Amino acid sequence: MKIVLSFFLVTFYTLGIAQDDLLGELEKSEKLTSEFTTATFKGTRLINGQTIETKSKGELEFIFAHRFGKVSDGIYELFGLDQAFVRVGLEYGLTDRLGVGFGRNSVDKTMDGYLRYKLLRQQSGVKSFPVSVTGFGNMAVRTSPRKEDADFDITLEDRISYTGQLLIARKFTSGFSLQLMPTFVHKNTVDGSIETNDQFALGIGGRIKVSRSIALTSEYYYRINVPESNPYYNSLGFGIDIETGGHVFQLVMSNAQGLTERAFLTETTDDFFAGEIHLGFNVTRTFQLKRQKRDN
Amino acid sequence: MTIVKLFLIGSLVTSTFLVNAQKYTTVSSSISFFSDAAIEDIKAENTKTLSIFNVATGDVAFSIPIKDFEFEKSLMKEHFNEKYMETEKYPKATFQGKVTGYSSSLTEDQIVTATGKLTIHGVTKDVTLSGSLKFSEEKIEAKSLFKIALADYKIKIPQLLWQNIAEEVEVSLNFIYKPI
Repeated sequence: MKIVLSFFLVTFYTLGIAQDDLLGELEKSEKLTSEFTTATFKGTRLINGQTIETKSKGELEFIFAHRFGKVSDGIYELFGLDQAFVRVGLEYGLTDRLGVGFGRNSVDKTMDGYLRYKLLRQQSGVKSFPVSVTGFGNMAVRTSPRKEDADFDITLEDRISYTGQLLIARKFTSGFSLQLMPTFVHKNTVDGSIETNDQFALGIGGRIKVSRSIALTSEYYYRINVPESNPYYNSLGFGIDIETGGHVFQLVMSNAQGLTERAFLTETTDDFFAGEIHLGFNVTRTFQLKRQKRDN
Repeated sequence: MTIVKLFLIGSLVTSTFLVNAQKYTTVSSSISFFSDAAIEDIKAENTKTLSIFNVATGDVAFSIPIKDFEFEKSLMKEHFNEKYMETEKYPKATFQGKVTGYSSSLTEDQIVTATGKLTIHGVTKDVTLSGSLKFSEEKIEAKSLFKIALADYKIKIPQLLWQNIAEEVEVSLNFIYKPI
């Protein structure tokens, strides 16, 4: 009798399990996958410098950036707002990993073109990888001064500089990302009494999200091989990212005014801690030129 | 005694077998949603959803991986996951419930309802979804169309964006089941 009873119990128990735990069964049958981390930063710029982010394939980003004069110039210059330097640029995603861009900055009337490529992507899941690494390379031509205004016989070659950067970032949580930027700048022609042609810097930057659409950012570049006679400062900046739909607004304050690597990395003339701070903003608008393909 | 034991084991095996034989799982699935708003219509499709349906009992469950919703614009997908669904925190939406109002011996479209718990964005609600089932040899087709109010699932829309995203989205679901 007992056996028969337990038989029924077991049967009902089995049926019970079968009814209740369909979700559990689904979980078991799900394939284990790996995920690439997305949105480590809101935009392709952190403050003045680059982030690991590239545009997705077929996306075109219009970047409009402004840096005002020094806050320390006081009320006569409306805390710097009377002067403004602008960089207008475009960046396009050739693939999900390869981006190309160009722009023009009014500081030294500089034109720049660059490529960036996501070499490695942070990943979690079955396969995991701790960081994302993007390679960035640019060439910039300063078109100022004009030939007749220069104090030596300036050639096109003299005007050119190059930057190579490894951007290494990790999104630790959805609210906190950190980035390291070992950087190399080569300037074809320099004043040898204050600087060298090849300059190295190590940058560090990050962001903390304070809400779903707002994040605080900062960026600092430490220059490594600086001669004692060098009059320039390391660039430092703080910012607020505000994202609305296809726009990202970045309100920034920095001691750098130039927006190409050569200018803000190696020729920052102002001292952040003496109040020589430039307010500014980056505004980006993303356009999807090519529709994403569906999987099926 | 031995006979009783044999009988016992035999029945257990049979009952397990029977239970399994009634179970169907999705071989193809599509869940799409559509949000219609003044500035921009937003639609997305997910083909990675898994579901199990027990025809004998009516029990049904499905699990939707949120990150697999595909949009026309990649920025939409990023915002959907980052800002609205908080996918890192809530990777799946699930439903577990019971389908009623069908007979597995009929082959025409049958209007059915599924009552159960729908979990989206970490919030669970009791819902009743209406839809249809179509039985054919070796295959069941399930369809459903329902609306989700974003506020019910604590999916917040930033003030600046309210006109961009409808407060209610229309979800359409198409599953094809085969026996396990």
